[in-house]
Amino acid sequence: MPDATGLELLARDLRERDAASILDTVFFRGQATLIAAPESIVETLEALRERGYRFLASVHGSDEYPHEPRLAVHYQLLDMDALDRVAVKLRVTVAEPRVPSVTPQWPTADHQEREIFDMFGVVFDGHPDLRRILMPEDYEGHPQRRDFPIGGEPILFTHNETTTPRWFA
Amino acid sequence: MEVVRQPASEAADFRARQLKARDMLRGDLEGQDLDKYVEERVLTTTLDKAVDWARGNSLFPLTFGLACCAIEMMSIVGARLDIARFGFEAFRASPRQADLLILSGRVSIKMAPIVRRIYDQMLEPKYAIAMGACSSSMGVFNNYAIVPADKFMPVDVHVPGCPPRPEALMHGIIQLRSMVQHDPSMGWRERYGGEGTEEVVPGA
Repeated sequence: MPDATGLELLARDLRERDAASILDTVFFRGQATLIAAPESIVETLEALRERGYRFLASVHGSDEYPHEPRLAVHYQLLDMDALDRVAVKLRVTVAEPRVPSVTPQWPTADHQEREIFDMFGVVFDGHPDLRRILMPEDYEGHPQRRDFPIGGEPILFTHNETTTPRWFA
Repeated sequence: MEVVRQPASEAADFRARQLKARDMLRGDLEGQDLDKYVEERVLTTTLDKAVDWARGNSLFPLTFGLACCAIEMMSIVGARLDIARFGFEAFRASPRQADLLILSGRVSIKMAPIVRRIYDQMLEPKYAIAMGACSSSMGVFNNYAIVPADKFMPVDVHVPGCPPRPEALMHGIIQLRSMVQHDPSMGWRERYGGEGTEEVVPGA
């Protein structure tokens, strides 16, 4: 993991290549994160690969509901020679959830991008086979979004009971 | 219907019955002796009762595990609980040969059509046990992906627990057997005179 200074140096190098590619850096609890621009994510990951981060360990999504833009996609990169990890994160809006796919460059991202599409509705442009992977194909909605109803059977717990139960009196 | 075993008889008694059987075959027994002999040796029952008894004691469960409850289901065929005592040990791998479906675990909305299809493929008479909290009320997985078993198929016995102990499943199967044999125990309702309170109507 690069330390806070190493992260800034990494961001500076990437900005020298393309000034608009890195929006921000976050160093939190020992984890270095580059906030990348969605349009140039493919080039950013390729530049990091040239610096040694050759292994894409994980691609996953998240919904940061009160904050805009809401949807986020995380890429976890690993340098297997230096045992060094760096996270790349990008944010897109619910209205325009389009991100270039990195599957042509990183084949491991295939199913993980499909899962993000299934659960959060992020559309990956250039993905060879963007279908739902977990939910049924005729399912409507993206269930991991924060505004999606939890669903299931309504069960009365003590915290949402409207009246005092009979046995309590 | 219960089978009552005769106590083991004395050797002399056994010899006497042997001689009597020989006399009967020769045609030497007549009148009251013959009537008594027949009464002692004929079991009278109705065909329905006999079929129920046989059916209830030879349920073949389907080899079908869904989730963690399946581990508990597997252990009931082991030596400690040994479901073979009741004639349920023959887990069949084909729904055509099985007549008991144990829903052991959570059913997701993608699995529900498959479970329903397996249930439809089983031959009548068929029974289903919903084992564990997930297949009855969705338990801790109460979210968009899971569906309770009652929504898509009829269930005869619900076994609560998360997961139920093998003894609990065993009890459920015994309850199912008494239901198949048309001798259902009402449990606490019988003890407290609560028959007829099974249906809970919301808002009534």
